[in-house]
Amino acid sequence: MQAKGRVFKYGDNVDTDVIIPARYLNSSDPAELSAHCMEDIDKDFVKKVKKGDIMVAAKNFGCGSSREHAPIAIKAAGVSCVIAETFARIFYRNAINIGLPIIECPQASKGIEDGDEVEVDFDSGMIYNRTKGTEFKGQAFPEFMQKIIKAEGLVNYINQKN
Amino acid sequence: MGMTMTQKILAAHAGLDYVEAGQLIEAELDLVLGNDITSPVAIHEMNKMTVDTVFDKDKIALVMDHFIPNKDIKSAEHCKCVREFACKHEITNYFDVGEMGIEHALLPEKGLTVAGDVIIGADSHTCTYGALGAFSTGVGSTDMAAGMATGKAWFKVPSAIKFNIIGKPSKWVSGKDVILHIIGKIGVDGALYKSMEFTGEGIKNLSMDDRFTIANMAIEAGGKNGIFPVDEVAIQYMKEHSVRPYQVYEADEDAVYEEEYTIDLSTLEPTVAFPHLPENTKTVSGIKEEITVDQAVIGSCTNGRIDDLRTAAAILKGRKVKKGLRCIIIPATQSIYLQAMEEGLLKIFIEAGAVVSTPTCGPCLGGYMGILAAGERCISTTNRNFVGRMGHVESEVYLASPAVAAASAVTGKISLPEELGL
Repeated sequence: MQAKGRVFKYGDNVDTDVIIPARYLNSSDPAELSAHCMEDIDKDFVKKVKKGDIMVAAKNFGCGSSREHAPIAIKAAGVSCVIAETFARIFYRNAINIGLPIIECPQASKGIEDGDEVEVDFDSGMIYNRTKGTEFKGQAFPEFMQKIIKAEGLVNYINQKN
Repeated sequence: MGMTMTQKILAAHAGLDYVEAGQLIEAELDLVLGNDITSPVAIHEMNKMTVDTVFDKDKIALVMDHFIPNKDIKSAEHCKCVREFACKHEITNYFDVGEMGIEHALLPEKGLTVAGDVIIGADSHTCTYGALGAFSTGVGSTDMAAGMATGKAWFKVPSAIKFNIIGKPSKWVSGKDVILHIIGKIGVDGALYKSMEFTGEGIKNLSMDDRFTIANMAIEAGGKNGIFPVDEVAIQYMKEHSVRPYQVYEADEDAVYEEEYTIDLSTLEPTVAFPHLPENTKTVSGIKEEITVDQAVIGSCTNGRIDDLRTAAAILKGRKVKKGLRCIIIPATQSIYLQAMEEGLLKIFIEAGAVVSTPTCGPCLGGYMGILAAGERCISTTNRNFVGRMGHVESEVYLASPAVAAASAVTGKISLPEELGL
């Protein structure tokens, strides 16, 4: 499995309130949520993002609320992978559970800038910055996590197993 | 090598004699919780599963508390979805308008959370029940769905940070100041993936409500859970509220902690977290500039309990909320609301010019019932002050205790109760 796209770069402690503000949580429709993704810190994000693009951030990405609407909004916006130095733990679980690939890699987080073209190989955990010609070794996804992502989430994965 | 309190509870619920940090386990759940925002997503996920029933209709709690009484049509649809699910599966602990309260104040009050439990909730402040000596942690809606279907959840056993609490707090220092001080010290990711284990002789000087506030905000330091030892105060609370048997677990003497901090309550001062992170803390006495505020909110799962309302009333009694400032007071449950009425606290609030609302999470997350305009500031007893949290992206939230919020509501700027001669 691979992801390839242009990078949207953010800093430390991107919280779930800015990923999807609570004023939109009266909906759980992925398309509706994605229309407001990141709008409180980057109002141009939804205008610019293209299918397959990659989000890169620094420490503690997804901190705050447990709202699964946050990874749902990011995934529905077309983002193929989120790379960060660290993720907040509930966001980490939620992202895997809904089938949004995420990778912890401090070096990649530091070595990738906004607008770079990046490619990620989930089997090896390798992250290639095609703009700068650099590469980073992130944590490879264990097989079961790859299966969850391929199945588009934990529930489908469980159903397929049964 | 010994186990922490958290590790012992997890081991027991996984049917194991011993666990260590980093180990992946599957644990039996005593309670699975959801609210009106997270449950509809969980129900949608559960409907996709090849299961027809919930694992135990008595061990699921569905609390309508975020956007109720329904703030708009979409919220009404969400609540309707949960109501129908609760009815279909005969969920015992379904709490709707009239019975509900803010979930993390309501469940302990209803006796649904006791020491030794393993609890997951699709709400990040589920960590609150650690105050009673339970392992409880926030998860997302898919985990909630899997929990409702199977009664189990997988966990990575957390490593731990120990907070040795000593001393006695001064008059206007409360649990909120303790946890803000700790978050200011270790940062919003200082306890990432870890358990925060509170211990020490100073705990006896913290009321149950103080402990709920402290455990509640463990997530604001990135923690997986926060947990307190089970002492006389906790046992008394459980006896008064619950008929469920509780189990007391104690950390081994040789339990491993990655870090240890000593918190001397006698040295703490009323503390405020400045925008836009809970770690941006300052003592109120250390604030150099005058910070005027447009709104004060006293309530939430963090600080909407009876102790909090009594403190606010002690300050607002015979005083007036500053002209032009909106002071919104939200008792966290129907029972707290009633108690506040019987104690005469509501009269004090209304005479002071504050408004008193039915229990709701509303303003804390910028849902409704106190949304801020551009450039406005709120002093709030809630738990997060992220960008746009309470309304406009250019508004600001300052997190504080009920004492500081009430004093500030009177003066119109961030203030100590002492400024009012208290």
